Amino acid sequence: MSAVRTQKNIWLNRTAIVAVLVALVIMLVPIYWIAATAFKPRNLATTVPPTVSFEPTVAPFVKLFVKRSQLRKPVPDEEYQSAPWWEKMVLDGGEKVVRTGRGKIRSSGYGDRFMNSIIISVISTFLAVSMGTLTAYGFSRFKVKGEDDWLFFILSTRMLPPVVVAIPMYLMYRVVGLNDSHLGLIILYTAFNLSFSVWIMKGFIDEIPKEYEEAALVDGYTRMQAFFKIVLPEAMTGIAATAVFCFITAWNEYAFALIMTNRNAQTAPPYIPSQVGSGLPDWTVIAAGTFLFLLPVAIFTFLLRNHLLRGMSFGAIRK
Amino acid sequence: MTAKIYTRLDANSAAAAKGFSDLSIRNLFIIPTIAFLIIFNVFPLLYSLGYSFTDFRASTNAPANFVGLRNYRELLTDPFIWRNFTITAKYVIISVTGQVIVGFGLAMLLNREFPLKGLVTTLLLLPMMLSMAVVGLFWKLLYDPSFGIINYFLGLGKFEWLADPNVALYAIALTDIWMWSPFVMLLSLAGLSAVPKHLYEAAEIDRASSLYTFFRITLPLVAPILMIAIIFRTMEAFKTFDLAYILSSQPNAELIAIRLYKMAFLEWQTGMSSAFAYIVLIMVVAITNIYVKYLNKVKER
Repeated sequence: MSAVRTQKNIWLNRTAIVAVLVALVIMLVPIYWIAATAFKPRNLATTVPPTVSFEPTVAPFVKLFVKRSQLRKPVPDEEYQSAPWWEKMVLDGGEKVVRTGRGKIRSSGYGDRFMNSIIISVISTFLAVSMGTLTAYGFSRFKVKGEDDWLFFILSTRMLPPVVVAIPMYLMYRVVGLNDSHLGLIILYTAFNLSFSVWIMKGFIDEIPKEYEEAALVDGYTRMQAFFKIVLPEAMTGIAATAVFCFITAWNEYAFALIMTNRNAQTAPPYIPSQVGSGLPDWTVIAAGTFLFLLPVAIFTFLLRNHLLRGMSFGAIRK
Repeated sequence: MTAKIYTRLDANSAAAAKGFSDLSIRNLFIIPTIAFLIIFNVFPLLYSLGYSFTDFRASTNAPANFVGLRNYRELLTDPFIWRNFTITAKYVIISVTGQVIVGFGLAMLLNREFPLKGLVTTLLLLPMMLSMAVVGLFWKLLYDPSFGIINYFLGLGKFEWLADPNVALYAIALTDIWMWSPFVMLLSLAGLSAVPKHLYEAAEIDRASSLYTFFRITLPLVAPILMIAIIFRTMEAFKTFDLAYILSSQPNAELIAIRLYKMAFLEWQTGMSSAFAYIVLIMVVAITNIYVKYLNKVKER
């Protein structure tokens, strides 16, 4: 009997693992496809049947960063020969690189948007995590009247639909001139991530034994010294994980960026889709932009893998 | 000793003389955050509460006129708005059900030992970390009727996923299921791995059927965590904006958040949209309440 059971279990296990692998392939095909499209020559991007094997090219990435316009007539041979390799890629696609009067290459909007995304995400993450850590410590170690209500209030701000908050914020920003500014988005993202960072950091700090600080206090440390020299180093892993989570959230945010910015402070998420436009979009360039934008998040996901559960459940479930 | 630390909250204690007192540190650490959230979340909401009783339009210089509850009355009796609510409800049900089935199924499959388990799990979690807007964008490429790979691999010919008014909502939900099933999987996996092994061993000795074991042991023990996943996904699906806005402009797929966005920022009916935002807000707060209740329940275990 038992042998039969074991036999059956082994069989069941193998089937399950095969099923997992099939699921994995299905889940990853969309991501693979966008990555593959980013390295395709334009004429292979939208073929029927889909092109699976091709010689990869970086032309989409070149086109992503420079401003291009349609070539009206073919370029003379010597001009083509003297052009650098990357410019040839643009010329091969029937387009030319747009230059200023002084011959400087004009950039497309992508680089600026990418920089905006970095600036806004990094600063708002720094603010949200540092304020969040302090507040989490306050809630973790001291008695606060109505603690649960305050924590609920803090969490509830995270649950607000962005468009609901955006309506009054748009009007208020218009009055104080923060529309389409980096500071405006930084404030919004900090507020959005702050609640997350308080909740998650409270969990991490709760896990640090109080005795460590108590010992330090007995040794003559002030509370402030105990916090900076004992608690902070102990909480470093938690702080790093929280920071990565906040960064990803800010990096991916779309609704606020769409409503509050249009040029100067626009981040990549509203910019990339706006490039599809009408007519025949160059999907290789869009894929290249998407690929570069998703790459940091993919890397961070691997760094975060042991903290994903905790982060996604607002610290309720620990491993 | 612990008791002593707490009693030092007294601002006049001996410890307070040395550096900051605990009381002032607590306030210094907590108050800025609370103040920040009040200024940038609560105050704006109060500001728009005021506008919700007016006919204000942010696109004109005309002063706002007080109209009382007219905006709310019009919204609640507008059949088009109710249609948006019905569409949203349908979307939430399809997408959350799909995520629970796929996510929980994956978790059941993953809940065993095999080589490279950690790597496989992490790879499966990748979709939910990506930007919704950008995911919407590249699914547009996959859904394309003429060269999209979905139609090609499923042999659907020129099937219109996003332009067909009867299909668009399902297509958005399908993308959402792809993106967020990993979330349900992650939480379910935590629940499953917490089920004590001896329960299964006991069931095996009793020769309980696998169906019986699943419904009597696995499901009840995973239920609280699964419930958290369901409520959280319900709330998020209810608020869906990015994905649906990028994927389709079909009126049949117009979710509440999209209607609200259009009303506020394309039609510039600021007063009316503020009232609409409040109706949505009340619903979200209600779901949040349930969510937090479950969160605390799981935490206490």
